[in-house]
Amino acid sequence: MRQLLNTLFVTTPNAYLRLEGETLCVEVEREKRLQVPLHHIGSVVAFGDVMLTPAVLRRCAQDGRGVVLLDRNGEFSARIEGPVSGNILLRQAQHDAAGNALTALGIARACVVGKLRNARQVLLRGAREAKNTEDTQSLQQASRLLANQIRKLPEVVDLDLVRGLEGDGARIYFAAIPLLIRANQRKVFNFERRSRRPPLDRFNALISFLYTLLVNDCRSALEGVGLDPQLGFLHAVRPGRPALALDLMEEFRPIMVDRLALTLINRGQLTEQNFESRVGGAVYLSEQGRKVVLTAYQQRKQEELTHPLLEQTVAIGLLPHVQARLLARTLRGEMEGYLPFLTR
Amino acid sequence: MLILVTYDVSTETPAGRRRLRQVAKACLNYGQRVQKSVFECKVDQAGLEALQRYLLKIICEEEDSLRIYRLTEPLERNVQEFGKFRAVDFEAPLIV
Repeated sequence: MRQLLNTLFVTTPNAYLRLEGETLCVEVEREKRLQVPLHHIGSVVAFGDVMLTPAVLRRCAQDGRGVVLLDRNGEFSARIEGPVSGNILLRQAQHDAAGNALTALGIARACVVGKLRNARQVLLRGAREAKNTEDTQSLQQASRLLANQIRKLPEVVDLDLVRGLEGDGARIYFAAIPLLIRANQRKVFNFERRSRRPPLDRFNALISFLYTLLVNDCRSALEGVGLDPQLGFLHAVRPGRPALALDLMEEFRPIMVDRLALTLINRGQLTEQNFESRVGGAVYLSEQGRKVVLTAYQQRKQEELTHPLLEQTVAIGLLPHVQARLLARTLRGEMEGYLPFLTR
Repeated sequence: MLILVTYDVSTETPAGRRRLRQVAKACLNYGQRVQKSVFECKVDQAGLEALQRYLLKIICEEEDSLRIYRLTEPLERNVQEFGKFRAVDFEAPLIV
């Protein structure tokens, strides 16, 4: 089993990263803040103006440690990659599958089933925990609607219809999300609908930031098993778009992001002060807010649960790797069809 | 696993001082310095063996001594920390 390696997040402006022997040093104003042996680090995520020496970039690319550069708001700007390695036969199988409408449809459908099933679990849990019967009923109603969408999926034989069901499902789900926010937090987190580029309210800012982290993790997982992260099944291919990473991410969105966001809000770990508004109505997490979220995300990844298919305990952070491997097996024809990860 | 590497390297000769620096550097590649000649390293079996082999190449067994302890889990119960120094947990969220 693969080990869950840590991610180093550098959020301090003007931090300087360099190699020292087999360790990575982070300096701020010429003072060493952290020195970590490379063997603990799976990837480096740098926010805004962070300096990395050429040696760090080269070494990380060589070892296959991801280096991701995000802008100050946490939006993706670049990623540094070493030479493409892995299994050409697997990638060939992936390309063949993408060219085969039936196989592609099957995988796309599985991704949507994963997303909607897990989204439904989030709503059902909300319904169990709701404080008044009105909320409980609305949440149960929304989860019934989601169940309907899920039931329709196996019959759908057209990729666009699968995408349509996914879109409708997402709308039903997001419409119910405000009910999962505790009453005393609803004024600060007045989420109405999903908005991105830019996020227009605090909840959107929070989940957009977390989705960026998650898509990077999914991308690394795919690259780790030798799949091409850009060739997707559900998401159409577009230059620069990690379509397969977005496909893989669908099933994890509700459990690794939405649920975590709700916990942070409902426990009061994030407040109004952790966000900043920009001209034009964009809302972003503040530097302090980002630290809270990054810490929570990393801790969440360490939590373990039982994978229903493998019947093994797995750290949540390794789920994308496990699922990427299952996807590879499907593409190789060793498995009937792809099975998404489903929470209970 | 967490291991504790401690050493005494003779500093009487320039060669000894050189070995001391080399040993410290090697340990840093695997973990962190928690006291002057005490290092805590989180390694797997392969890492432990590599580190041990590497250190044995550096030290002079007639003059120096090296001790490697293996700490049993759970660490939060078996390691206590007092005083001004706080060790970094390399497996906890790393945010600078």
